[in-house]
Amino acid sequence: MTTLTTPYRPQAKVTETTAENYLNVAYGVKSWLLTTDHKRIGLLYLMSVTVMFFVGGVAATLIRLNLLTPHGQLVTADTYNKLFSAHGIVMVFFFLVPVVPTVLGNFMLPLMIGARDLAFPRLNLASWYIYLVGAFLMLLVLFSGGVDTGWTFYTPFSSKASHTNVLPAVTAIVIAGFSSIFTGLNFVVTVHRLRAPGLTWFRLPLFVWSLYSTSIIMLLATPVLAMLFVLLAIERLWGVGIFDPALDGDPLLFQHLFWFYSHPAVYIMILPGMGIVSEILPCFSRKNIFGYQFIAFSSISIAVIGFLVWGHHMFVAGESVYAALVFSLLSYLVAVPSAIKVFNWTATLYKGSVSFQTPMLFALGFIGLFTIGGLTGLMLAALGLNIHVHDTYFIVAHFHFIMVGGMVMGYMAGLHYWWPKMTGKMYSEWWARLSALIIFVGFILTFMPQFILGYLGMPRRYHVYPAEFQVLNVLSTAGASILGVGYLLPFAYLIASLFGRTRSGPNPWAATGLEWQTPSPPPPQNFLVTPHVTCGPYEYALSSEGDHASS
Amino acid sequence: MGTQMPLFPEQASTAASKVDTLFLFLLALTGSVAIGVTVMIVFYTIRYRRRDDSLQPPRIMGSLRLESLWSAIPLVIFLGIFIWGAKLYYSMASAPENALEIYVVGKQWMWKIQHPEGQREINELHVPMGRPVKLTLTSEDVIHDFFVPAFRTKVDVLPGRYVHTWFQATQPGEYHLFCAQYCGTNHAGMIGKIVVQTPSDYQAWLNSHAEGSLALQGRKLFLKFQCVTCHSADSQARAPVLGKLYGRQVHLQDGSSVVADDQYIRESILKPEARIVAGWQPIMPTFQGQVTEEDILQLLAFIKALEPGQTPERTEEATAPTKNSLTP
Ligand SMILES: [Cu+2]
Ligand SMILES: [Cu+2]
Repeated sequence: MTTLTTPYRPQAKVTETTAENYLNVAYGVKSWLLTTDHKRIGLLYLMSVTVMFFVGGVAATLIRLNLLTPHGQLVTADTYNKLFSAHGIVMVFFFLVPVVPTVLGNFMLPLMIGARDLAFPRLNLASWYIYLVGAFLMLLVLFSGGVDTGWTFYTPFSSKASHTNVLPAVTAIVIAGFSSIFTGLNFVVTVHRLRAPGLTWFRLPLFVWSLYSTSIIMLLATPVLAMLFVLLAIERLWGVGIFDPALDGDPLLFQHLFWFYSHPAVYIMILPGMGIVSEILPCFSRKNIFGYQFIAFSSISIAVIGFLVWGHHMFVAGESVYAALVFSLLSYLVAVPSAIKVFNWTATLYKGSVSFQTPMLFALGFIGLFTIGGLTGLMLAALGLNIHVHDTYFIVAHFHFIMVGGMVMGYMAGLHYWWPKMTGKMYSEWWARLSALIIFVGFILTFMPQFILGYLGMPRRYHVYPAEFQVLNVLSTAGASILGVGYLLPFAYLIASLFGRTRSGPNPWAATGLEWQTPSPPPPQNFLVTPHVTCGPYEYALSSEGDHASS
Repeated sequence: MGTQMPLFPEQASTAASKVDTLFLFLLALTGSVAIGVTVMIVFYTIRYRRRDDSLQPPRIMGSLRLESLWSAIPLVIFLGIFIWGAKLYYSMASAPENALEIYVVGKQWMWKIQHPEGQREINELHVPMGRPVKLTLTSEDVIHDFFVPAFRTKVDVLPGRYVHTWFQATQPGEYHLFCAQYCGTNHAGMIGKIVVQTPSDYQAWLNSHAEGSLALQGRKLFLKFQCVTCHSADSQARAPVLGKLYGRQVHLQDGSSVVADDQYIRESILKPEARIVAGWQPIMPTFQGQVTEEDILQLLAFIKALEPGQTPERTEEATAPTKNSLTP
């Protein structure tokens, strides 16, 4: 390649200021709405999921404010139920599931494997429109009365008792699900077919491995969710007994099918974050990742075993003791690959040359919070203990450690890592580090008290609660307001960076990945010359330039 | 239920301390792992922080020995936790034989409770200390969950079937009862209290609330719904006699057999055609919509207690319920 950098020294000089890139190649609304460029589509997704993140965030804010007092003085019980439903549905289906694959994956995957675009560029654009239709319908549902089933839609409450917009809501989710399916399909084909010459499977960046595993889950699990919601619609519309025992249906069937999607969906929501961390740690410690193949295969084995543990959500729901034993055992097995990842990340730092730029701070935060989330998962999988903590704030805290402490931290790490590549601009490092710190502190303060609340027995989804739980709830709300500031800051300084003059250059972190071997922002065709790959993705220890890829 | 801020829940059942032991063990174990990982990361990042831009870190690719070590050791520990948790779960799964059986019906948004001697309560459950109590629970509408934090017990209460849980209280006092499965508008208000009393206080409470035993009330229903016209002990019976039925193997028309438990008897009342006893005609009408969940529990208590020869006499003036007369 033409523009390799000297390791360790961020480039100040740039060569491509006047060159054509994907942003300045065409202007006008049409050039964006009809684009098939994966980079532009990535930015379209970035804007849409950010809107959804703020919608879900507003709901979370109102929830936390309502819980400041035991009597729920802010909103009525029905409104509260709609708020936590909106928060869960929007955050899970319209933010956490799509965010990293569709924003960072869309933008980076072709660049990281040396391809011009995804395998099916028009399908990629279609996925965004489908997502948009789903998201728009969901917003319509929320602003026209909302839905009060929780994001889990358990029957027979959702099929006969709820009088809210259940069917429009599940329709919106099914539509968004198709967007996931198409994205997954696109990624799988892309990874198989469009790798640059010399880029063998074991030279793939680990982010690509994680996207690949995620895509397989999206392809295989999402259709089950769609079928489930079709069945729910049939029961709700025509009274055909599928889940309602009064009609000879089985409510547990709903839960089985729901978690058959939604447990693997947990891995859709965490694997990409793990992939991002696996990119950032080597770069900011100038080391090869420790145990590359183990991390790669742990992603695959998480994807596979992750399909077999759904029953751990139902230990007190009425499944048999035998089923509970099997699902508990399998849940412990799926924990092993996650443990392997954490140990390998830690070992990567050993004898490195560690620097603390923003992406690295977020990545280290990810490891810490994900570790706590994973370890509390070990407690939840212990059958006798699960009985007590199931459906309490202990669970709420646990999955927020994974989803927010893990995935959102990972997403922030990736966004800050690749922002200069996507925009060609560098944000204010000072503000960015500050926001990383604020998010970390705010997060801990929000969710640590919830573990205690849960063990004390406070059930989730409670609009009012006994007075003795108030102090911990106030602490949690205080933490949430800090967290909220932490999330607003990046919004401000990232946008400000677009108007700033600080150009990032092609490779501000002196990273080895292929995406850094082309100008920032990249040209429309991604690479001026097709890269040829001659070694693994993290050869920071090989001193000379051009060892990694040559033209 | 004080208003000061507790950090650890009360222990008021035999299971509570066992659950807490496992919890505290896991807290210590996972806590040390979390601290260990954090210390390693902090130590490495400080010890190996970048001082010199020209320094070239060594090219370390990994270590098969370390990988096998940190795969195998967690696996063994995980299996240990699994076994501990599974044993505890198993011991909490089935109630001892001598347990006092109490029936619970959940509905949006209240708990209705019936004691074997007929006492009824709403959102309150009186139990004696030191004696195992087995709860049989069902729901009239959506899924609820019967959760008593001080006992460390929790079970989803499903419509259309019976679930069970049990506990043995160890401390007199009043404890929270929460619905832990989201069930609509007033989910957070579907709460109540468990009142644990000494055996003598409990007996006094029972006496002051006596209404005639559950089985007796079931017997009244058995007569009221004319069940006795067919399920009679005489030669003109058109349906099997129910004395000593409970817990027995019943042979069905399709050649299979089933144990006559709560679930089967409930189904036979609500959906008689589902499983017909060998040698009888499918003439029984459904009582769906005629009987409430509480009625069914009373009938169950009656059938459970029914000894051979105790079936009430048939009164000739009564007409047997038929499919036409009862089907809505
Ligand atoms: Cu799960
Ligand atoms: Cu409830």
